Amino acid sequence: MNSVNDRNRDIGEYIPAPDDDMLVCRCEEITKGEIRRAVHEGMYTLTEIRRYLRIGMGLCQGQTCSKMVKGIVARELGVSPAELEPATSRVPMRPIEMDVFARERKEA
Amino acid sequence: MGYTADVIIVGGGIIGCATAYYLAKKGVSVIVLEGSDHIGNGGSSRNGGGVRQSGRDPRELPLAMYGIQNLWPNLSEELEVDCEYHQDGNLRLGKTEKHMEILTGLADRAKAVGLDVRMIDGDEVRRINPYLSDEVIGASWCPTDGHANPLTTTLGYYKTARKLGVHFISGEKVIALKKVKGVIKKVITPNNTYEADTVIVAAGLNSREVLATVGIDIPMQPVMLEALVTEAQPHMFDQMLGTAEADFYGHQTKHGSFVFGGTLGLEGFTKDNGMQSTNSLAASSTCRGIIKYFPMLSKAKIVRTWAGWMDLCADKVPVISKIDEVPGLIAACGFSGHGFGIAPAVGYNLSMLVTEGKTDVDLQELRYDRFKAKQ
Repeated sequence: MNSVNDRNRDIGEYIPAPDDDMLVCRCEEITKGEIRRAVHEGMYTLTEIRRYLRIGMGLCQGQTCSKMVKGIVARELGVSPAELEPATSRVPMRPIEMDVFARERKEA
Repeated sequence: MGYTADVIIVGGGIIGCATAYYLAKKGVSVIVLEGSDHIGNGGSSRNGGGVRQSGRDPRELPLAMYGIQNLWPNLSEELEVDCEYHQDGNLRLGKTEKHMEILTGLADRAKAVGLDVRMIDGDEVRRINPYLSDEVIGASWCPTDGHANPLTTTLGYYKTARKLGVHFISGEKVIALKKVKGVIKKVITPNNTYEADTVIVAAGLNSREVLATVGIDIPMQPVMLEALVTEAQPHMFDQMLGTAEADFYGHQTKHGSFVFGGTLGLEGFTKDNGMQSTNSLAASSTCRGIIKYFPMLSKAKIVRTWAGWMDLCADKVPVISKIDEVPGLIAACGFSGHGFGIAPAVGYNLSMLVTEGKTDVDLQELRYDRFKAKQ
């Protein structure tokens, strides 16, 4: 994407909401309120949100909640969700045991 | 406009963010320009989290010791974020006599600079960390080393610096620096021109092309390294681990997962297509390395792998230096894969260099003009 993102631009104050304690990321138990506060602390991209809160870094790697997180962050920033680039998907697709990973070579 | 400040920092990684934070604390106005879309998107978010003194080159060891003595202990309180800093020692493991020779050499050099590091045998290693396999015959042990969370530490510096009024702009890639009347003045991006009397270039590998626009060259090259993380495991140990062979390093995080980095043996020669993407061989190689040291982790599941470029300097220690030819310009780059642990000390000392013209730690050995051809 690479567009200028001024971290001083005014997105307004964080206003507490009744559903702020709703769990969004079930793997890491992160709430909607934590996500909203992180945006106001300066985390303006989904990648930063993930690194800051561990959201989407648990067993499902964000396959369950990433769309919801995107909606929450977009609303907080006052932009369309389409403008937010998803955080990078990372290998492996499903968790794999170390000894399976370690045997990728066929023994001669 | 807000495009003028006392100091402009090129690069929003942990070095840039930490320097901005310490400068803002002293009342200096700062703009940080980050070329990518995300703060801390290079090595700052891709390293293994070591906060270590042992195994370091004596030229950068004083910075590591300074940070561990003065800055790391209170960093979480200061940055209002959990940096997950643990000071529970570093074991650098050996499996062969040759390994032990390497470790003894490293330990002797560090002791000469005043670091408490000593060689211990296999039994003592397993008293410190009972999960290690019998293949380990000894280690160097530095009790004051540790580890921290690079993600929260980097973003913590960013968050707190921003709160103190530092102006961060991401997606703003610097394409040129420009002198006016013989001193640094302008920082140019495709969109804007920024002005300051002091410019700090802390842009990792990109520092080379930025500095080239004012005729300065620092010999660095990209080398890809990879890391991986397991699912959360019951708490096992708190030390930072490394090996003589450098086949893996890592620690258990507060979350319970293990973060391990490792090598494949082809570093510097892997195909990356210009992106920091993982190689199909590296995670497997690292897993083989880990299992030899920790057989009981062989069933732990890997949930994620990632890659990052080191800004490997020709002599493997960073450049942290004023640039004589361009008054007002400072370079802080070439951290060569071990910048995270020293980042707070680098940021603090750079803020001193800007405001007082001197530093607590002598940076003479890290000058930009130390690279000489053979005589």
